[in-house]
Amino acid sequence: MEKSEKSELLVAALENGTVIDHIPSNKVFDVVNLLGLTGINTPITIGANLNSRKMTSKGIIKIADRYFSEDECSKLSVIAPNIVLNIIRDYEVVEKKRISLPDEVRGIVKCGNPKCITNHEPMQTVFDVVDKNNGTLRCRYCNKDIYKDAIKLL
Amino acid sequence: MDQTGRSLISLEGLDREDILWLLGHAARFEASPNSKILDGKIVATLFFEPSTRTRLSFETAVNRLGGRVIGFSDAATTSSSKGETLKDTIMMVSNYADLIIMRHYLEGAARYASEVSPVPIINAGDGANQHPSQTMLDLYSMLKTQGRLDDLNIYLVGDLKYGRTVHSMLTAMRFFNPTFHFISPDELRMPDEYKEYCRNNGIRFEEHSSFDEDTIADADILYMTRVQRERFTDLMEYERVKDMFILKNDMLRKTKPNLRILHPLPRVNEIAQDVDANPKAYYFQQAKNGLFVREALICNALNLLK
Repeated sequence: MEKSEKSELLVAALENGTVIDHIPSNKVFDVVNLLGLTGINTPITIGANLNSRKMTSKGIIKIADRYFSEDECSKLSVIAPNIVLNIIRDYEVVEKKRISLPDEVRGIVKCGNPKCITNHEPMQTVFDVVDKNNGTLRCRYCNKDIYKDAIKLL
Repeated sequence: MDQTGRSLISLEGLDREDILWLLGHAARFEASPNSKILDGKIVATLFFEPSTRTRLSFETAVNRLGGRVIGFSDAATTSSSKGETLKDTIMMVSNYADLIIMRHYLEGAARYASEVSPVPIINAGDGANQHPSQTMLDLYSMLKTQGRLDDLNIYLVGDLKYGRTVHSMLTAMRFFNPTFHFISPDELRMPDEYKEYCRNNGIRFEEHSSFDEDTIADADILYMTRVQRERFTDLMEYERVKDMFILKNDMLRKTKPNLRILHPLPRVNEIAQDVDANPKAYYFQQAKNGLFVREALICNALNLLK
């Protein structure tokens, strides 16, 4: 407990903005890319390999003065279904958003089948989410399934 | 019938009535295969991968119905070899043709083509993915020889792991209460996902590892496929099993009189030549049935069936 309080103090508390918590450490930069954080001008703090009671290690991203739409949040569910978004207003957590997989995933994930048309044409990928609990996606073009751990982003 | 426009990409969107309705039209075309119903229509056959058998069948269907055919039989002679996208090829050809029949080596190519094309697309095979006209002619052959599709005992033999036609048959037959028997070498067994599919859809199946006259004695349909050398990771295993899944005439002694032997062709050695003279051999007629089924599918895509 003491340790985690210390690590919390390493970064300043947010007045307003979003704290994305419980990111698997190896997915932190996928989250950065998916949300387009490299193009944001407000202060951002990125933490990885932090101690966590729920996970062996986790990442946290704090973004000042920025909130994310449902669409943006649902993108994250593809790579890390247990992420929590804390919405901060005036130093208080006013909402904890848990995310869930949408019914379809467009233009985020790469099809793992090298013979799929989506890997050869300049076109958008589309996946149907066939198993929300296990995070299984099915390519709408070649019908091949991709399982959670094999998901690669475009 | 819920298809993308009138395109036929897979059989997934078809229900029992749709399938029987299309097969009923195929029977009408068999009764009178020649007509002028496609008079004035131009059909493009775009074969990005060679498939002489399928292409000739489709082109014959168009010709017998009075339509005209344009197209190519090998992508090496087209702009796609210069790097043109599939979308551009489809957009260009759709300026000229009323319907596009397409074979492609990439999986999902037909669905994508149907999304960008202003004219309907018939999928004549997209890689290892779908080949709906083959499945329809398989069903037509079963219906024609057995007088029904319901409650059949269907034995699938050979490469059940990679065989596109056997997988499509499982899904298309789900409306007809079949009992499947899977006979294959261990390396080429029916994948778990399809067995799971059978369980979820109440389709009965049994697996067998030996292929002999007793195993197949109760069959209505014996559907043979080719066991290909390149499918084996262990070539010793291939050498061991390659002759175990060959159908020979003397294995048919105990089979039922209504049994018919189907094969998507081309055959190599998995059906011995001495089977050809047996009246239960049906694979050449099966290929001929493809013509009538494709006449029905083409006319359906052009909205000409009532």
